[in-house]
Amino acid sequence: MSARSTPAAPSAFFARRRRNYRRFIIPALVVVGAVIIFPWLFTVWMSAFDWKIGSVAHFVGFDNYVNLATNQRFIESIGHTFYFTVLAVVVPLVLGTIAALIFHREFRWRGVLRAVFTMPMMATPVAIALVWTMMFHPQQGVLNYLLSLVGLPPSLWVYSPTLVIPSLVLVEIWHWTPLVMLIVLGGLAALPTEPYESARLDGATEWQLFRFITLPLIAPFLIVAAVIRTIDAVKAFDTIYVISQGGPGTASETINLYLYLQAFAFYNVGNASAVVVVFFGIILALALLLLHVRQRAQWAVL
Amino acid sequence: MTHAAAAPRITIERARSWPRLRRAVRRAGFWLSVVVIVSPAILVFLWMLSLSLKNEIDNLAYPPVFIPDPPTLKNYVQVFTENSMGLYFWNSIVVSGCATLIALAVGVPAGYGIARLQAHRFMVLILIARMTPALSYLIPLFTVFQFLGLNNTLTALVITHLVITVPIVVYVMAGHFETLPKELEEAALIDGGSAWTLFRYVALPLARPGIVVGTILAFIFSWNNFVFGAVLAGRATRTLPAAVYNVLTFEQLAWGPLAGAAIVVTLPVLMLTIFIQKEIVAGLTTGGVKA
Repeated sequence: MSARSTPAAPSAFFARRRRNYRRFIIPALVVVGAVIIFPWLFTVWMSAFDWKIGSVAHFVGFDNYVNLATNQRFIESIGHTFYFTVLAVVVPLVLGTIAALIFHREFRWRGVLRAVFTMPMMATPVAIALVWTMMFHPQQGVLNYLLSLVGLPPSLWVYSPTLVIPSLVLVEIWHWTPLVMLIVLGGLAALPTEPYESARLDGATEWQLFRFITLPLIAPFLIVAAVIRTIDAVKAFDTIYVISQGGPGTASETINLYLYLQAFAFYNVGNASAVVVVFFGIILALALLLLHVRQRAQWAVL
Repeated sequence: MTHAAAAPRITIERARSWPRLRRAVRRAGFWLSVVVIVSPAILVFLWMLSLSLKNEIDNLAYPPVFIPDPPTLKNYVQVFTENSMGLYFWNSIVVSGCATLIALAVGVPAGYGIARLQAHRFMVLILIARMTPALSYLIPLFTVFQFLGLNNTLTALVITHLVITVPIVVYVMAGHFETLPKELEEAALIDGGSAWTLFRYVALPLARPGIVVGTILAFIFSWNNFVFGAVLAGRATRTLPAAVYNVLTFEQLAWGPLAGAAIVVTLPVLMLTIFIQKEIVAGLTTGGVKA
């Protein structure tokens, strides 16, 4: 959007005043430099040291990175992160699209119901995670009671090594499906009506209308939602930390959880900094990959 | 005669009633899907409320007791009197309030400068900043605060929360100032205004809706942050989310007070959300749609 509004030659008034406008940015630049850029650089620097808080730091070069490459626990945490992320992106995308199709129609109470549906999105994650912890409880939890109502056997939920990640994703789905819904709803609002009218005249079914008209037109919005969801899911921390602490054992230990333990349980700052650098590389790679897909998809649609 | 007159009327009615029935079935199906999609959202909040209004015996009962009978405010009284919820609430207001105010002070002018200079590199920086996991800022800042003796202070928390609030405010404001027409400022420029005058008397008054959105989003994200408080705060300087997790889960396992505290944490946020229903998406999708 900003690229489109850039004039070929900035107007003379504003060109002359560039230096004046730069002054507006300087305070923010100072703050960003102190709390954002400085930590980035300091992290990269620390990652070259064997350093525990309270002891002397030794320069070790790339040793921390080499150790990570052979660290079974770290590699497993990458696997857990990807498993968690795939589930926590795909399911909200599907459910969010369905919800958007529903809320796109006119019906009574739509505004109120949509507001209710979007409430989870802004709710404090820790507070929500505590409530889900109680709901997951195998003996007194309300979820197992609900299962028993429909005749299903009780589940161990987050106390089972195989079910812990899907259970945590359940919370993530509950939290973030509304965001996908709102993004897709924005896409649906911009749809033209003519293709639908002519397709209906040709006798197209509702499914065909969705598959061949709606879906291609909202694809760019779905990809935007996928990018945002991916970045957020990779970074998920509060919910996992509060509900399972990475357990049972290390069954739900994602990169972020591993990072937290290294830094603030073992105070292994050098190693943790190396984890941050690798972690950041993964996030950046995922974001660029998805943005690349987005650009190609946009060309396909246009 | 009467037979001949009655027969066609019946067929017409039957012909009419079939589509009507089908429409009724479709309507019922539609409303069922609305209920299915909305109920998880509302039920978790209602369950939270129910847990917070029941005594401990009912909270641990199986099958669960859904309607508090009689409802009790005991849990809320307990978290405020025995677990100093009031102090943590105040800490949260101070930290999120100060971090938001500082972010506005530096971020609103910056958003204006970025929009007028078309400073895209700064925007990319802001986007990368928002993509970086919060924990990765925490490690270096923690070591620096350790060195300066600032750990366990509200000052350290406010500084750390700037990591959240500044990028949001800058992002929202830059986007907002870009949508304002330059013509007004150019007119004022001819009348001899300085860059500061243009900002203060022309652009800023027009930017009020953007400022409201930026303020609320920054405040909510700061309020919801857990990990900064969990790591940097001491016993007396915890923010609400950190306090709810630390104090209540470790010192007591009672569900009622825990649910009550969870409601106290999240209610202010839900109320603020109502004011910016429509703008939330724009704020949350930072970079996705626009960059």
